[in-house]
Amino acid sequence: MGNYYINGIGCISAQDSSDNETGFQNFVELTENLVPLHKPDYKKYIKPNMIRRMSVGVKMGVVASSIALQEAGVEIPEAIVTGSGMGCLRDSEKFLKNIVDNDEQFLTPTAFIQSTHNTVGAQIALGLGCKAYNITYVHDATSFETSLIDAMMMMDEGEQNILVGGVDEIGSYTTDLHKLVGHVKEDVSDSLLNSNTKGAIYSEGSQFFVLENEKKDNSYAQLVAIEIYNELSENEVSQIFDSFLKDNNLTISEIDLIVLGVNGDVDYDNYYISLQDSILKNTPQAYYKHFSGEYNTASAFGMWTACNIIKSQEVPDRLMLNTLKSSSIKNVVLYNQYRGKNHSFVLLKSC
Amino acid sequence: MSKGVAITGMGIISSIGKTVEENFQSLVNKTPGISEIEGISTIHKDHIKVGEVKITNEELCSFLNLPSSNNYSRTALLAEIAAKEAIKNAGITDINSCKTGLISATSVGGMDLTEKFYYSQFEEEINRKFINSHSAGDSSTKVANSLGITGFVSTISTACSSAANSIMLGARMIKSGKLDRVIVGGADCLSKFTINGFKTLMILSETDCRPFDANRTGLNLGEAAAFLVLESDECVKKENKKVLGYVSGYANANDAFHQTASSEDGEGATLAMKKALKIAGVSSKEIDYINAHGTATENNDASESAAIRRVFGDNLPEVSSTKAYTGHTLAAAAAIEAVYSILALQNGVVFPNLNFETPIAETNIIPETEVLQKELNYVLSNSFGFGGNCSTLIFSKA
Repeated sequence: MGNYYINGIGCISAQDSSDNETGFQNFVELTENLVPLHKPDYKKYIKPNMIRRMSVGVKMGVVASSIALQEAGVEIPEAIVTGSGMGCLRDSEKFLKNIVDNDEQFLTPTAFIQSTHNTVGAQIALGLGCKAYNITYVHDATSFETSLIDAMMMMDEGEQNILVGGVDEIGSYTTDLHKLVGHVKEDVSDSLLNSNTKGAIYSEGSQFFVLENEKKDNSYAQLVAIEIYNELSENEVSQIFDSFLKDNNLTISEIDLIVLGVNGDVDYDNYYISLQDSILKNTPQAYYKHFSGEYNTASAFGMWTACNIIKSQEVPDRLMLNTLKSSSIKNVVLYNQYRGKNHSFVLLKSC
Repeated sequence: MSKGVAITGMGIISSIGKTVEENFQSLVNKTPGISEIEGISTIHKDHIKVGEVKITNEELCSFLNLPSSNNYSRTALLAEIAAKEAIKNAGITDINSCKTGLISATSVGGMDLTEKFYYSQFEEEINRKFINSHSAGDSSTKVANSLGITGFVSTISTACSSAANSIMLGARMIKSGKLDRVIVGGADCLSKFTINGFKTLMILSETDCRPFDANRTGLNLGEAAAFLVLESDECVKKENKKVLGYVSGYANANDAFHQTASSEDGEGATLAMKKALKIAGVSSKEIDYINAHGTATENNDASESAAIRRVFGDNLPEVSSTKAYTGHTLAAAAAIEAVYSILALQNGVVFPNLNFETPIAETNIIPETEVLQKELNYVLSNSFGFGGNCSTLIFSKA
């Protein structure tokens, strides 16, 4: 197994997060059930004539990846791996609605062309002139983590730097459907942790990372290990978590911070609570979905958060689920799941 | 040198058969599965021909013994039929006898349901069960659950090269020791969404498609699913498995030319073929048969021909596209053609490229048009998709 250093990161989200220098400073807790992205200054990254033509997902992906590449000083990566649970959702919805409402008539190809799941990865490649390996994973809440697993394997096979990230858009039709079945919170008047209600805050975003096999002055962290599970019961989580640590020669006392995908859904946060109340009782615990909201690749926002914490060696109180602190933050584990499915465990280490 | 990653099972359902054996018989009997569309009511019905599986959803559900309350998309139904055949073919009785994963591919996912219940999901509660069936990951999750796979499950969507990339990821995960066994493949059903999408691009043929013909008229869409079982050498040895063939080379490259069109010189395709040859450790001269992507669109066949000439020069092995049998089955296509490549290796036969008459002048590639008996050791299979996504797989004889 090689070394995988995270040397560049980029984040577009519901927060003012496109400037890595300001970190969490301008973050505001989300107070609505559906929060669109905080638009970055697209002109800084994309030619004006292209901005209008690109879908939101493509714009987010292009900007987040540009920020990450620039920070790492990588011009053209040796592979591009993208996770996207729903792909280019808005264009898919647009084309579908036209088919249904106009009885298959008066259609234009643009929305269809841009609707394929791999459009973001493809447009990043096109913009960079990057002819390398380019894959898109679309497996719900583990889309981003499968991308990370692939990126690590690419590096084991000899590539030196990889652009890897996640992107998901809000689609109004899809959100309306999910509202019908209680996946979206009805009321966000209370904080996420005290909501005691079903569903999550829906949002959108894109986070990209540059992995390199060399440590640099600006390295954020090392990516060490990832495991994903399609199905786990609440009872199995602590045992799986324990074996994940063992596989990496760690004990629970060596974990300086756990970053959990807690989203305030009273039906599914028990997966986290079962860990928090047992083996993680004495471990500092953080969360991030009160800032990012929920989307299939929101766990990439979690990794962006963890990278910033490790580099700065500080955890803002606003991210904490308990009051414990570690003197230094060396080993960080991220655990995420969505609606009890597609569980992921990611281990990061300080450099 | 290692032969590659062992394939120990295959399963398939397409418009030319619901089992591997039925598909093989159709291929060697030159029986295509292109017809008028029956299962979807579309205004384009009289202007397109498709590779449709002539089995209704109800029949597929009963084959799978699903309760009537199920929320399977047609993609998931096709996927589960093919995956179960693959498991049976591999003689697997305990799926968790070793560390097993599943990697599927789809581009349509549950779109067939969403377009059918577009408004009624709001009006009638009974149709809301289909909301969770829409995402691309849903069909993979259903197949994984039905097979009892709880660990590594993922889905790839890179348009029409998707299944090639799932086979590639599976082979790499076996090679790296991350998994001992992995079920890889893809599934896509016909939908109004894709029919109309390709229609707006004006690349659907009104008649039977003619891959590599100078006067080709576009593609026929198809629906299908296919899965392979890949196993580590240790698994094969331990359980004394019969090996059907090997995945010996694979690569993905990006054309970085246009969102939907391929470059004139087939740059991405050339890169993918060259890299796959390198990984397989063979020269282009050792390839005995090219199972081409050959969709019969103006753009693909010109670009792919140019790329094949760039890689093979004048030393061209037999070439054929089997799309005139099955139609273009999108994200499933590479898995379908992987099964056909293995069948070609096992039986020493090159399958014909139907409906071909006149070669493309610029490249002068004349595909094989008859069933040809020939000793085959290496078969190269191409699959290309939107977003410049170019993938090549190389299979070798067991």
